[in-house]
Amino acid sequence: MRARRRLWLLVFLGPATLLFAVFITYPILSSLAFSLYGWEGIARRGFVGLHNFARLFSTFPYSELLVNAFWHNVIVFAVTMLVQNVIALGLAVLLARSVWGTQFYRVVFFLPVTLSLVIVGFLWALFLNPVFGIVNKLLTSAGLAVLARPWLGDSQTALLTLTLINAWRWLGFPTIVFLAGINAVPDDYLEAARLDGAGEWEVFRRIIFPLLAPAITIIVLLTFIGSFNWFELPYVVQGVSGGPNRSTDVLSLMFYRMAFGEVDTGLQDIGIGSAIAVLMFILMVTVSAVGAVFLRRREVELA
Amino acid sequence: MSRSRWSPLIQAVLLVNAVLVLAPMVIMGLSAFKTTQEIFQNPIGLPASWRLDNFSRVWVQAHFAQYFRNSVVVTVASIIIIVAFGAMAGYALGRFRFKGNDLLYLYFLSGLMLPIRLGIIPLFILMRDLGLLNTHWALILIYAASGLPSAVFILTGFFRTLPSDLDSAARIDGAGEWLIFRRIMLPLVRPAVVIVAIYNFIPVWNDFFFPLVFIQSDRLKTVPLGMTAFFGQYYTDWATLFAGLTLAALPVIALYVLLSQHFIRGLTAGAVKG
Repeated sequence: MRARRRLWLLVFLGPATLLFAVFITYPILSSLAFSLYGWEGIARRGFVGLHNFARLFSTFPYSELLVNAFWHNVIVFAVTMLVQNVIALGLAVLLARSVWGTQFYRVVFFLPVTLSLVIVGFLWALFLNPVFGIVNKLLTSAGLAVLARPWLGDSQTALLTLTLINAWRWLGFPTIVFLAGINAVPDDYLEAARLDGAGEWEVFRRIIFPLLAPAITIIVLLTFIGSFNWFELPYVVQGVSGGPNRSTDVLSLMFYRMAFGEVDTGLQDIGIGSAIAVLMFILMVTVSAVGAVFLRRREVELA
Repeated sequence: MSRSRWSPLIQAVLLVNAVLVLAPMVIMGLSAFKTTQEIFQNPIGLPASWRLDNFSRVWVQAHFAQYFRNSVVVTVASIIIIVAFGAMAGYALGRFRFKGNDLLYLYFLSGLMLPIRLGIIPLFILMRDLGLLNTHWALILIYAASGLPSAVFILTGFFRTLPSDLDSAARIDGAGEWLIFRRIMLPLVRPAVVIVAIYNFIPVWNDFFFPLVFIQSDRLKTVPLGMTAFFGQYYTDWATLFAGLTLAALPVIALYVLLSQHFIRGLTAGAVKG
């Protein structure tokens, strides 16, 4: 009987555990180990300790590229927080109210999130084409020709433009999470506050916002992970080198180039690539862990 | 009441949001019916005539029919594996008490936070050694494996909520373990299975990273990867480009509009409960 039960556990748990161990756990653990070896192309050589990290931090061009890419990830995170997530919060508050057409708005706002980033990237690249794109055409016909520019081709504006395209695609996601949080606030809290004469702003600031704390923590965490994993949009729109002039280079692009080689320079260095992966890994695990602790503490306060 | 006083303003903001969301998609869809010259001269208005030749060019000459078939095969296979293995594991973790249960559950959950893309170099070498590079199996296996943590999380939670006398009664009646799982327990968690399938559909269907690394042959490319080849080839032919974008976007948009309530519940299941 006992042996039979054990056999059934194996049948039920075996396939999932095996698949997860071989294709998730093993590659992640190996990539940590890979950073400690020397590499020639895709062939592994001897153990070199922290030598790859030393090269990454202190030799040209790696250290310059690393710092450049890292700051771009930081900018993407900051702008996404300030623009996308703040708008999402406001939008969620409005979507939670019932006005004429709410049913329609509650379906539409989420549409872009379903689109592939490849579609979104190419679509906006066409819209933002300096000569034929609709954005500069509309600006010109509105008498704002001075504002027309090669948005994605100018290293001054490329990263910001790309971050805003990303926000257009993602806006619905934080909105839906906030909306779910707001809908979970008991109606009597809001009614009571309004009866006591609280204005709309006060209801938001003193009741809705504090009760959204867990949702906000989750969104900050996911925005952080998303910003530091940013790959598709810069790759599709600006290419693997993070052009123009590395102005849209981010850690994932640099990692990808080191792992699989850059077309124009032919530079490939798996040791450096693995070291970058380890740094990104440590960064994300640390922030996720801190975030999870933070989240639990806030949830206790609410209970 | 304050409600009516603010309504016009709320209405206006929501309308602006809807326009900002829909305008790019509508312009994309309309441009797909125009000629390239028409797009340049009249980017916003209706097309002069509703011609379909852009679409047929994309579908046949630009191999979109093939890309779609590949995307469907990879997505369906991945989701079947995620649901099957996830439900089996979730059932065992949610209904059986055994040593290491909590530990195994946490082991799967760790996958929710770990970005698997950082393991792409060992994964590439592993797929090469298994002879799976440039096959759909490389994609199906990695999607199935990375979909398991959320599936195990959602399904274990659902199995736990089912009353405990259900399976004990069946067991006393002499039903076999597989029969209890397949015929009694699994039908009861059908809503969770739908959530898991939808939660995984969008990221798998839209993924670009793994095909980029694993797939070289054009005839094996999925829609997102095929799109990049297509854009390189037709980059001056905007009419064809817009038709390609529209065609690639259509299935997800249609599915979302049909199932929007399921989608929203499915996609927030991880974030809200997580």
